[in-house]
Amino acid sequence: MLRYLLEKEFKQFFRNPFLPRLVVIFPLTALLIFPLAANFDIENINLSVVDQDKSPFSKSLVQKIQASGYFRISNVSSNFQQALASVESDESDIILEIPPNFEKNLVREMRASLMISANAVNGVKGGLGTAYLSGIISDFNTNIRMQLTQNYNRLKVPNLEILPLYKYNPQLLYEVFMVPALMVMVLAMVCGFLPALNIVNEKEQGTLEQMNVTPVSKFTLILSKLLPYWVFGYVVLTVCIGVALFVWGLLPLGNLAVIYLFVTLFVLGFSGFGLVVSNYAANTQQAMFMIFFFVLSFIFLSGLYTPVANMPDWAQLISNISPLKYIIEVLRMVYLKGSGVQDLLPQLVALVGFATFFNGWAVLSYRKRG
Amino acid sequence: MIFTQKEFYHIIRDRWTMMMLVALPVLMIILFGFGITTEIKNSQFAILDLSRDVATQGIVNRLEASDYFTLEGYVTNTSQIESVFREGKIGLLVIFGQDFYEQLVRTGEAQIQLIADGTDPNTASTLVSYATSIIRGYQQELTASDQQGVPYQILPEVKLLYNPTMEGAYNTVPGVIGMILILICAMMTSVSITKEKEMGTMEVILVSPMPPLLIILSKVIPYFTISIINLTTVLLLSVFALNVPIVGSLWLLVFISLVYIIVSLALGLLISSVVEKQLVALLISAMGLILPIVMLSGLMFPVENMPIALQVVAQFIPAKWYIVAVKNVMIKGLGFSSILKEFMVLSGMGLIILTISLKKFKIRLE
Amino acid sequence: MSVIVAKNLTKRFGQFVAVDNISFEIEKGEIFGFLGANGAGKTTAMRMLCGLSLPSAGKGTVAGFDIEKQSEEVKAHIGYMSQKFAMYEDLKVWENLRLYAGIYGVPHKEIMPKIDQLLENLGFTSKKNTMVSALPLGWKQKLSFSAAIFHQPEIVFLDEPTGGVDPSTRRRFWELIYQAAEQGITVFVTTHYMDEAEYCNRVSIMVDGKIEVKSFYQAESMDQVFQKLARKAKRNSD
Repeated sequence: MLRYLLEKEFKQFFRNPFLPRLVVIFPLTALLIFPLAANFDIENINLSVVDQDKSPFSKSLVQKIQASGYFRISNVSSNFQQALASVESDESDIILEIPPNFEKNLVREMRASLMISANAVNGVKGGLGTAYLSGIISDFNTNIRMQLTQNYNRLKVPNLEILPLYKYNPQLLYEVFMVPALMVMVLAMVCGFLPALNIVNEKEQGTLEQMNVTPVSKFTLILSKLLPYWVFGYVVLTVCIGVALFVWGLLPLGNLAVIYLFVTLFVLGFSGFGLVVSNYAANTQQAMFMIFFFVLSFIFLSGLYTPVANMPDWAQLISNISPLKYIIEVLRMVYLKGSGVQDLLPQLVALVGFATFFNGWAVLSYRKRG
Repeated sequence: MIFTQKEFYHIIRDRWTMMMLVALPVLMIILFGFGITTEIKNSQFAILDLSRDVATQGIVNRLEASDYFTLEGYVTNTSQIESVFREGKIGLLVIFGQDFYEQLVRTGEAQIQLIADGTDPNTASTLVSYATSIIRGYQQELTASDQQGVPYQILPEVKLLYNPTMEGAYNTVPGVIGMILILICAMMTSVSITKEKEMGTMEVILVSPMPPLLIILSKVIPYFTISIINLTTVLLLSVFALNVPIVGSLWLLVFISLVYIIVSLALGLLISSVVEKQLVALLISAMGLILPIVMLSGLMFPVENMPIALQVVAQFIPAKWYIVAVKNVMIKGLGFSSILKEFMVLSGMGLIILTISLKKFKIRLE
Repeated sequence: MSVIVAKNLTKRFGQFVAVDNISFEIEKGEIFGFLGANGAGKTTAMRMLCGLSLPSAGKGTVAGFDIEKQSEEVKAHIGYMSQKFAMYEDLKVWENLRLYAGIYGVPHKEIMPKIDQLLENLGFTSKKNTMVSALPLGWKQKLSFSAAIFHQPEIVFLDEPTGGVDPSTRRRFWELIYQAAEQGITVFVTTHYMDEAEYCNRVSIMVDGKIEVKSFYQAESMDQVFQKLARKAKRNSD
């Protein structure tokens, strides 16, 4: 029986004007475009300078900031109000205000103050921007002090040299971080969404009821719905791996077979999840809304964008029930760290658990009669 | 209006759908408002300290005392570095060489190595810069204790505008509102209209003597109402649960939201006027609306960091403009003049989309 | 020998009693009509017999199998055509037939020849490769019916099989039903068309979930019976 049902599913799939293209085009565009968009790098912070001192010191400070590469001077104002207006219009992110007599105060009174006002609507950007700026000012301060204290024993000022090193991703390329996770997002969409929508659509059309009066067992029926999407899952994954290699130059440090193994488990589990939703949804609108809610929640809680470790404790707890979290960890670890199955045992257990749980639930909750 | 009533009945009778339309946005704002955060708090770090002297202890204490870091433990030799990172438990490893303090005193220079897990470049660079500034602070302290008072000191006063405590929710809430409204308005409308097309009931309504404009209105008004309910609950939640204040005028915020809702509904209409099948309507709204909003609108990633081509694309996403407007009014507390551009762009988009979809609807009639 | 037996079958949805304590027996080879207005409970009764819906109370057997405990065995011995047209619109005519034949376990080698035979009998060979979505409603119904009896079931259940088509198309559809009955297939058909009731060997009339007229053979004029009952009915149609 399975054979006839599969024949039907594949025919319907390929006859659909939309779906076959989706399975190829969606992963392609997602992996081509989204890594470009997903860029948290804080570069080119727009700085508004209010230099009321106009002294050699203040000028050389501004030059030093400009030379750092992090900042772009987008606005030069003569007072704070003007500068604030440029922040309000998003022309600038940070205001550096150098008060009058800055140089004079520094030389005569050994102290001078500066004002940094950062737009902190985006807390990270505001925080990092001020941290960079403070760092540059501190360096500048050290230089100035050296100049001014040349007569003193300047060896006594201790200097700590900090050498940062970034493991696994020395150049801190953002796409290295995003690409493996985006693969998961695409897989979740194709393998979770499509089978659920397919079933709900048959519910609405009444064809599912027709199936329910046949002797087809629910196990066979469910299998016939899922099998095609497992196949498409591999197509999607292969397209993704291709794009990662040829466009982003990313090849997993670990074994490709490990990736296929874990993706199989994930796809099994996630398509089961889609089925559970379709069993409870009465129509497409409901199914879609439920899936959207769950998929978005799963994605946001999976660490795709923001590290799970940064979340509040309760959110971290919830994130444990997101299958996406585990598979994203797996892909990142295999791609970047070269981890093998032995490093990924917790994830293996979790994904096997999800697959059993969701598919078990799907079979149990499927009712041939009400 | 009988048809509007009918549409309301559809939604209200369907208790499940009703519940979802009202409850899910609530869950979303809570989940995302609290959950999505790029702030670093209590990040686990480890130490490889070959000196174990006053200076290294001083630095470790300072790192530990900050909100950013929590000490996971000590690594005893270099061979463990690899495995510590592989397990993925720590984000940062601080390495002090031998005779750290002695060197510092004798030569005035000492080296500290920071190794960060670069898998997540954002977290890595943030951790490194936080650690750096903490170490610099310690250095200042050393200087200060060495000599009485540091000469020639520049003291920066830092002021964080709009969001002094750097709450992540200030940045995510406007984006999440933009996403929820599109989800309800554009997606739900397009799916419900295409459903009627699929079922054939649309034709029955279309052949009735009702003018097409009224038919469209009757389909749209219930979703308009629901999105206003959603807007209210979401705003209430962000103020009272997430503590994101509405600094500017509430009415201005509501006004610009209404404009955005209308644009979203128009988008829903446009999709349903072009598409015949529910499934296609759904996929188009999912892949064509929701994903771009998540990725390109500035909800997650700052638009100004994107390559020029994508920045251009982002200009066509209504949510991008709406998010800027909400940030300006709600968080910065600015007036109408600050969102004039956003208002113009959104109304322009709304007008164009509405005109096209109305035309398409009429063609179907003839 | 009774192929369908219903004893005190009842179906409740919350407070609402859709089918109220109905009992009847149907003999092999009969064309049994189940009449009643929309909402009288005909479809619910039929869905219980087909194993699509669990009875709230009462017993029933179909083809000798208990509808409550052996619903899967029941399904292997019946054909079903629902009120809603339920062929796959995006499959061709022969593909739909092949699907259902395969599901009901018709041996692989026999399927294609049987399909060709069937289409020829129906005068439908030219439409073999047509997408079902492109067929007129009358033909869709014939196709549905043919698919439902393709595996030679003992009983075929037809739920309002001819809704929405004109009387002459309906008459041609009934010719197919008679052909099936001649092959020994018991036909259980629900309808609200009075003229169709006249085609049945025996009819029961359902009103408000109860059987009001028990299994009379075509004696009185159908019209008289129907009008008598219609006056008593309390449920709104629809």
